[in-house]
Amino acid sequence: MIELNQFLILSALLFAIGVIGIFLNRKNVIIILMSIEIILLSVNLNLIAFSYFLNDLTGQIFSLFVLTVAAAEAAIGLAILVIYNRNAGSIEIEKINALKG
Amino acid sequence: MTAQLLTFYLFSGVILISSLMVISTKNPVHSVLFLILSFLNAAGLFVILHAEFLAMILIIVYVGAVAVLFLFVVMMLDFKTSINKDNILQYIPIGILIGVVFIAELIIVLINTKFDLSNIQVLPNPLSDFTGKSNTEAIGSVLYTDYILYFQLSGVILLVAMIGSIVLTLREREGVKRQVVLEQLQRQGKIELVDVKSGKGVDI
Repeated sequence: MIELNQFLILSALLFAIGVIGIFLNRKNVIIILMSIEIILLSVNLNLIAFSYFLNDLTGQIFSLFVLTVAAAEAAIGLAILVIYNRNAGSIEIEKINALKG
Repeated sequence: MTAQLLTFYLFSGVILISSLMVISTKNPVHSVLFLILSFLNAAGLFVILHAEFLAMILIIVYVGAVAVLFLFVVMMLDFKTSINKDNILQYIPIGILIGVVFIAELIIVLINTKFDLSNIQVLPNPLSDFTGKSNTEAIGSVLYTDYILYFQLSGVILLVAMIGSIVLTLREREGVKRQVVLEQLQRQGKIELVDVKSGKGVDI
């Protein structure tokens, strides 16, 4: 039988891959958006694993809402990306420094 | 080793490898395709966990909508990826450091902990008897009764996201002739209804 810990370790590894992707990537913003999607996928996996092993449906409901918010976030993020590329001509992270942060 | 465990290892191995490829390939199109592969295998894991409805939703919403949206944006913008090599290597140490710290902390916590789920008190659910119902039916019977407020709020979130992305990307173009229906209908004295006799034709 599969244990809960196996799912939790897989989900932790996926989360870490997403975080590393955000830090490592310096090419363009779209890979960062994909890393955020990977992180949200790992969170969903956690919720559904607990929902299965606890015999409670609440985890699956919550995972559904996480999916909704992730879809909205992807749509808004890509829209911002498109207009930024139209205005600035590039979406390289090194060149996005309008706020001097 | 049961078939279930074997399937779990297959799916999780493909997920890990393809998400590593997502963050490491140079071509963004390949990244999106590996992201799709990762989502498909995650849907397989959801099926193993008896969450068939969410597995199908993951395939429909993520692979069918979000990943294709990513693919559209990647293919319509032209990325000038003229980054020299040392510029990328500059950020590898900090990335590796943060990643190793993350993985180490989580794995240490998880390996040393044996979750005893029999002691956990789940909140009493009035509809918790789902035996004999399919997963979709069970989710529906909870989602539309106990969680109706959150369901409608997520609908509002989607509406706001839709309006926001339309407003952001809409732009007025100069020099485009558009049809103005009101002006068209208000033209007076230039429209004439002619009753054409058969065989005679009409003079213009």
